[in-house]
Amino acid sequence: MADEHTHKTDESRRQFLKNSGYFAGGLVGGGILGSVIGWQVDDNAETKGQNQDGNQGGKQDYNRALKFFKNRAAFERLGAATERIFPEDDNGPGAIALGVPYFIDHELAGEYGNNEKVYMKGPFREGTEFQGFQSRLKRKEIFMQGLMAIEKESQNEFNDSFINLEAEQQDQILSRFAKDEVKLKGVKASTFFGLLREATLAGAYSDPLYGGNTNMDGWRMKNFPGSKMSYIEEIESEDFVEMEPSALYDHLH
Amino acid sequence: MATKKDKVDVVTVGVGWTGGIIAAELTKAGFNVVGLERGEDRSTEDFQMIHDEYRYDIRHGLMQDASRETISFRNNPDELALPMRQLGSFLPGSGVGGAGVHWNGQTWRFLPYDFQIKSMTDEKYGQKLGDEYTYQDWGITYDELEPYFYKFEQTAGISGEENPKGAPRKNGYPTPPMKSTPILNLFKEATKNMGLNPFQMPSANLSENYENPDGQTIAQCQYCGFCERFGCEYGAKSSPNVTVIPTAKKTGKFELRTHSEVVEVIQEGGKATGVRYVDVYSGEEFIQPADVVVLTSYVLNNTRLLLQSNIGQPYNHKTGEGVIGKNYCYQILPGAAGFFEEKKFNTFMGAGSLGASVDDYNGDNFDHSDLDFIHGGSISITQTGRRPIGSNVTPSGTPSWGPEFKKATLKYHNRTLNVGSQGASIPHRNNYMDLDPTYTDFYGNPLLRLTYDFTEQDRKLHKHISGVCKDIMSEMGADIIEEASMDEHYDIVPYQTTHNTGGVIMGGDSETSAVNNYLQMWDSESLFVVGASAFAHNGGYNPTGTVGALAYRAADGIQKYLKQGGGALVKSKSKSSLT
Repeated sequence: MADEHTHKTDESRRQFLKNSGYFAGGLVGGGILGSVIGWQVDDNAETKGQNQDGNQGGKQDYNRALKFFKNRAAFERLGAATERIFPEDDNGPGAIALGVPYFIDHELAGEYGNNEKVYMKGPFREGTEFQGFQSRLKRKEIFMQGLMAIEKESQNEFNDSFINLEAEQQDQILSRFAKDEVKLKGVKASTFFGLLREATLAGAYSDPLYGGNTNMDGWRMKNFPGSKMSYIEEIESEDFVEMEPSALYDHLH
Repeated sequence: MATKKDKVDVVTVGVGWTGGIIAAELTKAGFNVVGLERGEDRSTEDFQMIHDEYRYDIRHGLMQDASRETISFRNNPDELALPMRQLGSFLPGSGVGGAGVHWNGQTWRFLPYDFQIKSMTDEKYGQKLGDEYTYQDWGITYDELEPYFYKFEQTAGISGEENPKGAPRKNGYPTPPMKSTPILNLFKEATKNMGLNPFQMPSANLSENYENPDGQTIAQCQYCGFCERFGCEYGAKSSPNVTVIPTAKKTGKFELRTHSEVVEVIQEGGKATGVRYVDVYSGEEFIQPADVVVLTSYVLNNTRLLLQSNIGQPYNHKTGEGVIGKNYCYQILPGAAGFFEEKKFNTFMGAGSLGASVDDYNGDNFDHSDLDFIHGGSISITQTGRRPIGSNVTPSGTPSWGPEFKKATLKYHNRTLNVGSQGASIPHRNNYMDLDPTYTDFYGNPLLRLTYDFTEQDRKLHKHISGVCKDIMSEMGADIIEEASMDEHYDIVPYQTTHNTGGVIMGGDSETSAVNNYLQMWDSESLFVVGASAFAHNGGYNPTGTVGALAYRAADGIQKYLKQGGGALVKSKSKSSLT
């Protein structure tokens, strides 16, 4: 049994890496979390264009721990889902390598996850599709419930954990949420998926200070130079101007 | 028990553009003004970390906190209104400077046609729309407002150039137009080829360093691309914080009280005598007595405070009687997107009002004889600084997530341009504001309830102007062109525009309007209600230029009122409760 278990884990891990686009890159060593989600990715020689001394690139990046999720399984599942929304490709890193799961974890622990700026007085009613978000749940509760439902759907449909599924199978599961074919309590599955999608993009492209957009690679892929103080010299240029991005870090240091 | 403060000449509820203008003008004239602002104080030095799309754009760092105060919303009077639980469709500001901190700075004068829309339309075309469209004249002409427009432009230092189809100007702009760019030039050439009249958009992001008539300086814009939804770290975007508020402070006669949230206008003997407010930090209540009370708290709160304080007759959509909450309008947003396969543009650079426009399809600048709608809109291309979280444009048919999505968003991020219009919004009998019967704010007061949907007029205007935008985009050479379309109903969720108007509208007749052309209430002579709440409809431009002009007009009115010792400044066409 033990061997079988190990075997399965290795297979799963390989599948996960394959799905995440890291398998071909020859990533070695470490546990799933350590190697795929986290700073150790930066050690990978295959990871191109990353500044090892960047404000997140160092090995001592103590920000990369969890302050909302309590166990690895849910966090891994989150990572796998974000990676399908924003996958690694020829253009560059996907959600996991960009640190998006950490970004979402940190956001769920704070103002965002706790709906601090959301009107939360009842009575709560469903409303029309033009009346907007009406859930009694906080975003952190929606994420927890949604991620549990993703796992349940995967088990029902494919008899395996979401993180072990083929990319196409993962997409199939996520599509069911996007299309409201799954029932959640107190919130529509499409609302959860919409939040997940928005948070993934926010993590890929927000200033690296929030824990995502590792080494500003999200910005690089989009030719967005980040936080420049002035374009007065370039604004009239006939040609497209490419430049190294800079972050808010530079405004303080 | 509320603590009573010493009486002052004037108290303003809110300190943004309108409150700031009132404060500056009245203190310069020697009167004492107290400005009550629910939010925090802030200015240029508080914007050093402003280049943060996530904090300020996505998470609305400068905006009203919906957990404490929001509105409820429904599409029509037969629906149950539900709270707008988070901001979306529009973004009211909070804090000193109000929405004047995070605006883009596109600063227009409404057309002469706007102020006399009913009489000019009727005269030329007869009755064009059914009685359910409650558009009416504003009780003032453009010529009467012209000096006030110029005054606001001088205060803000507006950069611009001649608009061949715009409202006639007696003076040029205080500063020359901003720099033009390849994106703007493409639009200008295309529209010129089509026989239209392009010009550089009038801008409150200044083309050069400028000192205004009050001695306040505004810096030259750096085109950094963080304008809309952000404050300016250079003091290069005109805002109340760098102009009228310091001008008021300089007189020594202005007291700014922040974290002070007004919950009631006190009315005694048919006159407003002061306001009741809460110190947001301590929870203590105060009464601030004043000879003149000025509501300068944005469209939504101006309307809500009157309803909450039982001042003026609330609008009844069934009978058409009453005025408070009437003629809520928005902005209709026709447009066309163009995807360029071979060209890449510097879309990440820009400024809030870096743009080029044509006015050939605005107001009655084109013949409506064979059209079944009125008005139109300014048509512009802007380069406001495209940001990566908020903007993930793809040709339609592209999935909204996954590999294809990622590929397409990366490809088109700098290869997509938009031509868009600020389309006029014409009031409809069933579009209005009143108080919600169920939902309450932080203090237990009823939320404002918004009942609003797009009308047939809106749809026809949208379709016609979107067609023009599409033609322009085609002339500009885009490979894929997508014309904007209107949703089945107005949707409170996606951001559209913070150009809400109406609710306390101006006019010449107390039966059909709430304030006269000095924005003095017909039903309460010591109460002035200033802002886009006074718009009888929304025109085909961004509203702030006209808001500024009306605020200067109101400041004149308040001075007259104080100097003559009270009384109505204008006589209503029909019998007013004052006369």
